[in-house]
Amino acid sequence: MASGTQLPVDDGHALPPEGERRRDFLHVASASVAAVGAGAVVWPLVNQMNPSADVLALASIDLDLSAIQPGQAIKTSWRGKPVFARHLTPAEIEAANKVDVASLRDPQSLADRTKPGNAQWLITLGVCTHLGCVPLGAGQGESRGDFGGYFCPCHGSHYDTAGRIRKGPAPLNLNVPDYVFKTPTSVTIG
Amino acid sequence: MSFPWARQYQPTTEFGKFMDSRLPLPRFVYGALGAGYPTPKNLNYFYNFGVLAGVALVIQIITGVVLGMHYAADTRVAFDSVEHIMRDVNGGWMLRYMHAVGASFFFGVVYVHIFRGLYYGSYKPPREVLWMLGLVIFLLMMATAFMGYVLVWGQMSFWGAAVITGLFSALPIVGEAIQTWLLGGFSPDNATLNRFFSLHYLLPFVIFGVIILHVWALHIPGSNNPTGVDVKGPQDTVPFHPYYTAKDFFGLGVYLTIFAAVVFFIPNSLGEPDNYIPANPLSTPAHIVPEWYFWPFYAILRAFTVDFFFIPAKLMGVLAMFAAILLLFFLPWLDTSPVRSNAYRPLNRALFWVFLVVCLVLGVAGGKPAEEPWVRLSQIFTAYYFAHFLIITPLVSRFEKTLPLPSSISEAVLAKYGNGPSSSPGTGVGGAAPQPAE
Ligand code: HEM
Ligand code: FES
Repeated sequence: MASGTQLPVDDGHALPPEGERRRDFLHVASASVAAVGAGAVVWPLVNQMNPSADVLALASIDLDLSAIQPGQAIKTSWRGKPVFARHLTPAEIEAANKVDVASLRDPQSLADRTKPGNAQWLITLGVCTHLGCVPLGAGQGESRGDFGGYFCPCHGSHYDTAGRIRKGPAPLNLNVPDYVFKTPTSVTIG
Repeated sequence: MSFPWARQYQPTTEFGKFMDSRLPLPRFVYGALGAGYPTPKNLNYFYNFGVLAGVALVIQIITGVVLGMHYAADTRVAFDSVEHIMRDVNGGWMLRYMHAVGASFFFGVVYVHIFRGLYYGSYKPPREVLWMLGLVIFLLMMATAFMGYVLVWGQMSFWGAAVITGLFSALPIVGEAIQTWLLGGFSPDNATLNRFFSLHYLLPFVIFGVIILHVWALHIPGSNNPTGVDVKGPQDTVPFHPYYTAKDFFGLGVYLTIFAAVVFFIPNSLGEPDNYIPANPLSTPAHIVPEWYFWPFYAILRAFTVDFFFIPAKLMGVLAMFAAILLLFFLPWLDTSPVRSNAYRPLNRALFWVFLVVCLVLGVAGGKPAEEPWVRLSQIFTAYYFAHFLIITPLVSRFEKTLPLPSSISEAVLAKYGNGPSSSPGTGVGGAAPQPAE
């Protein structure tokens, strides 16, 4: 080829002095189509790992509180996670209200975390906001930590009688799920 | 590396010649593991651990594939299927113990292998890519072992899965979504168990692939050696076969003996009794710990108990834990000393041993409950761990006075064991070094 024969020049190949070639446009256009196509294939592969319909469909649960004595708590399960329902004693309510809310890591008052007129019913997820262990304190005789609420043994998080984080690595208060009072002593969670 | 004096493969049989021009596999083996691979002649027993790691992986794959024939990844029966392996499957107890103990041994071997590299400066040029591929293998091993442990679906399996996937929830904004995505639900459940089995089966083969790259990267410059001095000529090397094949097989024999002793006599000594309790999503064991090989990193995770410059304690712990491993990727550029081996770096050598002790203490602390004095100890030693890489190593490599290097491996070996005309008579038992076979 290098013998001196002049090959016909394809305009699409030649780089015009002022910049882009038609071929550059074709390259970008076809690469874009390929990228969109690849994305369309990858997304279902990623999305299949998200919760499936039956996992999402776990219905709400009804919880009867009438048997829980003041000072006691029960554990139940909702969406595969434990839920704590606790009947606070007047002393525990007072202890929770005495705390200066602004000084907390996750500032919330007991009233923010319970339903109006039902400050004695503390309903939270039993999932430590650190890395997800079930804190102790809902069962009979379990340690309730330094603040009389719940204690997570995994990495030592202490929650107070309003389920608020007071000491240890957890960043947030125990989560309060959505619930409504159906009767004065029963709730629907979820 | 194929040094110029490497012996060339000569097919001797008709079949050998036939293959050599079609699929030269024998030539490949000869050049990679045979007499055609010149290797520094002063490698000590710490250089056996690479081969041992390879064997450990093969043991995991063989026992794992066989266990997979009897195991069922369904939360309702997973735990029982493991007990079925232990009690009903012929020889199942042995296969499972080999697999469980084998994972521990695999990590033990790899830790020795990594510290060997740290001591002799094997991460330094021209072996940075080799070093980083090793770290990729280490990360993949951790993922594999973690998911394997979940398969048993005992209490530690379940809560380990909850805690480790919970690490991701520390990330701002997307954290919760990522955790849910990893679990396939809001807590570890059937979707989690199934995907972990699928990935636990897959990843060892990915590891195998990365090992091929790792060995390829090794064969470009060739092995480092205890002096850290480059190979200069034929007097510095011996052919891999028979010298190191023999040494590797001897080491393998010792390894397998110890392995068998643990499998048959104390198979549960490295495990947690709580994992013989079926998973219970409503009750966390009082003391959650991962397997021993994760303890140092677990200690670093738990060392952060208060918020740190606006970063929540939880996120800080997670970042530190990942950083502890990722830092190793930058080591070739943090340690700028031109001298590889700690044999000629007295100060760095002392600091190496300090660092090793720090890692061991972190290991002990990580296996204890999150109480004093372990939390405080983890905090101090975590700080040192990072200081070692980020402050001490760069400074030492700049200011340390190193010892004079031998001019070649051969000179170092002869100076140590004495041989030939330069040594005075009667230098001791090592005096009669073997002549390379020919
Ligand atoms: C990098 C290699 C591997 C490592 C580090 C590893 C690690 C582990 C660990 C730590 C366990 C829990 C052991 C116990 O306490 O019982 C386990 C379980 C299991 N592994 Fe692996 N594994 C590897 C390769 C494989 C492969 C290739 C398979 C093939 C299917 C496999 C299948 C299984 C099965 C079925 C179980 C559950 C049964 C049992 O607990 O013994 N593993 N693995
Ligand atoms: S999971 Fe509760 S303190 Fe870590």
